[in-house]
Amino acid sequence: MTSKWYGLAPLLAATALALVSPAAAQTPPNVLIVGQIAEPQSLDPQVSTAVNDFRILVNIYDGLVRYADGTLEVEPALATDWTISDDGLSYTFNLREGVTFHDGTPFNAEAVKFNFDRMLDEDHPYYDTGPFPLSFNFSAVESVNVIDEHTVEFVLTEPFAPFLSNLAYPTGLIVSPQGVMDNVDDYGRNPSGTGPYRFVEWQSNTRVVVEANADYWDGAPALEAVVFRPITDANTRVAEMLSGGIDVMVEVPPDNVSQFEEDSAFEVYEQAGPHVWYVMLNARYGPFADKLVRQAANYAVNKEALVNEVLQGTATVSDSPIAPAFNWAYNENLEPYPYDPDMAGQLLSQAGVDSPEVTFYVTEGGSGMLDPVTMGTAIQADLEAVGFDVTIETYEWNTFLGIVNPGLGEDVDMAEMAWMTNDPDVLPFLTLRTGAWPEEGGFNSSYYSNEEVDELLEAARVETDIEARGDLYKQMQEIVYEDAPWIFVANWQQNAVTTQAVQGFSLQPSFLLQLHDVSKP
Amino acid sequence: MTAYIGKRLLAAIPVILGLSIIVFLVMKLIPGDPAQALLGAYATPENVERINRVLGLDRSWPEQYLIWVGNLLQGDFGRSYILNRPVLDEVLDRFAATLILAGASLLICSVLGILAGIVSAVRQFGWTDRIVTFFVLIGISMPAFFLGLVLILLFAVHWRLLPASGMYAVYGGGDLPDLLRHLILPAGTLAIVATGVVARLTRAAMLEVLRQDFIRTARAKGLSENAVIYRHAFRAALVSIIPVIGIQTGFVLGGAVYIETVFQWPGLGQMLVKAVSTRDLLLVQGGVLVAATLYVLINLLADVAQAMLDPRLKA
Repeated sequence: MTSKWYGLAPLLAATALALVSPAAAQTPPNVLIVGQIAEPQSLDPQVSTAVNDFRILVNIYDGLVRYADGTLEVEPALATDWTISDDGLSYTFNLREGVTFHDGTPFNAEAVKFNFDRMLDEDHPYYDTGPFPLSFNFSAVESVNVIDEHTVEFVLTEPFAPFLSNLAYPTGLIVSPQGVMDNVDDYGRNPSGTGPYRFVEWQSNTRVVVEANADYWDGAPALEAVVFRPITDANTRVAEMLSGGIDVMVEVPPDNVSQFEEDSAFEVYEQAGPHVWYVMLNARYGPFADKLVRQAANYAVNKEALVNEVLQGTATVSDSPIAPAFNWAYNENLEPYPYDPDMAGQLLSQAGVDSPEVTFYVTEGGSGMLDPVTMGTAIQADLEAVGFDVTIETYEWNTFLGIVNPGLGEDVDMAEMAWMTNDPDVLPFLTLRTGAWPEEGGFNSSYYSNEEVDELLEAARVETDIEARGDLYKQMQEIVYEDAPWIFVANWQQNAVTTQAVQGFSLQPSFLLQLHDVSKP
Repeated sequence: MTAYIGKRLLAAIPVILGLSIIVFLVMKLIPGDPAQALLGAYATPENVERINRVLGLDRSWPEQYLIWVGNLLQGDFGRSYILNRPVLDEVLDRFAATLILAGASLLICSVLGILAGIVSAVRQFGWTDRIVTFFVLIGISMPAFFLGLVLILLFAVHWRLLPASGMYAVYGGGDLPDLLRHLILPAGTLAIVATGVVARLTRAAMLEVLRQDFIRTARAKGLSENAVIYRHAFRAALVSIIPVIGIQTGFVLGGAVYIETVFQWPGLGQMLVKAVSTRDLLLVQGGVLVAATLYVLINLLADVAQAMLDPRLKA
């Protein structure tokens, strides 16, 4: 028996060697391979809801407007300029001329109308190419009117200042009407836009390939192609980066950031974005109904330790419902509640509560939730140190949302939450207004209520002058800071790693991955 | 034999039907719904209601189930809400990948497991037996996902011999050597646990057979030791080994869930994990149905093979 197997051994060894050796090949020049966190849902920007998809979408499509490089302020894209009527109800856009979709059809006012009608009008012949989960971003749009070939007018039902930044968000990217008509069943896998890269192929669970659009109105990209690869497991994504299988990876786990920083073969990028991580405090029932107890909780939690130790510097300490990335709306005068257990103790005795028992809802993970279990445990320890008696209950993300979104009952005192938004209006408007209590269809699950805050938010929503709008938000933040409806914890910094060969890469505060200016000779 | 297979196939139908009901109910009973998963933080009651209406999830459960089964009988598995793609397309894509991975690791674990089991039985208590038993124990005790990560670190990151993940090179590639190169680590990892189990049971089965009279007779009539072991003892032991391999298919398919996630292998297991967490009802149902059918068929195949080897079971 043995002799037979000895004969096979060299053959096996030779096969093994042949398979093994060429694997060390690097990624080809002028082709950028991006490690994504998941398979895309859809490459139809009106259908997709995932940041992961947005990273691809913004490279295939343009919107009427876009966020200017390095900011969250809008600038012209497919629209060259626009006027807003004095009552804030009508937006008229002049469209860029000579732009064509990747399928060769012209971009014009009819195309813009098609896009918004498809998403908003249930009787539109292509409404059934949805569902369009985020179409409520444009629920204020009453009609879209074609004025001429290159002029289009949006009429709103009420003044709505976030309208322009919603247009810059991926839900506002413009698809080719012909593309939709030609692929009624499968447009999301056959996308056609006007962006710097044109779609080539989507091989399920393996890759999405886009190639340079040589005719791009804003200059052809330097790269020949970009390949987006879904790698759901974070450890595997790190291993691929280290082994040279990908050129760019997003969402580097905090544990691995320093490893890449110390290695000269890699470049680490960090960028604060429109993200807020907080713990909502039940303002209707239980000990947190008292403002002093809520403030005590803010003093008790060591947020510096949370962002530096638990999150290893991948976030900064927060002090407001508006992320600092919204530079025009964020109130620079605020300072985070300091870590001061003594002050917390004083406030508790001032409030007349002695070792209050509280129940804390924690999630296992979820969109933007960072490291919720470890963070929850650290917050529990800090609160217990000043006299709270905290019981943690942990839930899977979708379950968690299912019980938190309908509103915290008498038996729940606090819950973790995180939001990523495209406009400073969104988070406070949906989570801090009296009119946003869950019964009213909002997300104010902890029942905070302050008339002044309500008024300021309503006023900001209809103020189209950006400076005046910013002032209203700044006033709102001071009141909210004092009322402490949440424990303000962290603003996440998005990160990415590239190999040294990648040039011109940058992360945007919008968290969108613009690859137009990237090269990799 | 045909009647036997026919009977077994008929018996599989209620199993699969029952399974479809269980999967449907489990997906309904866990909190959180597809609209919630789709909308995430934006899941206001009115948005949820709008999405549910579009997806047909506002109907009653029995109605939803019957619609699903009715469509299924016409070959329509429905459409994944999250992937916006026909479930059948996705499942078939994934199924092919899982078949390659599971097939390769079944092959590895059968060959290695049986060889190790035989060697260790023939040299019972010898040093070969001890070494084999030692490695078998490690194989059985090591969590597969952990082993997978260690192998990635060694072979992909440290020595850069093999790709860390995926099924094909992401740019270029796509041929058979490319596939094999990507297959080595995941199939090897997945096979290690199963190899341990097969080796242990083969060893036990062989020891049992080797003690029997006909083996003594075979030796007495002067056959070579190789002929005794492979022609007589092994063939007799195969009757108890084959069903073990059938059962291992279940373990390999189950283990594929972890391995596919660690190695980013685009198979059914990885798809199901994602689909459950996003409450992608139709995709979970379709995927589980296909995996279960495969399991039932492979076990049937193992039983048939066993019946062919052992005339006593044919009745």
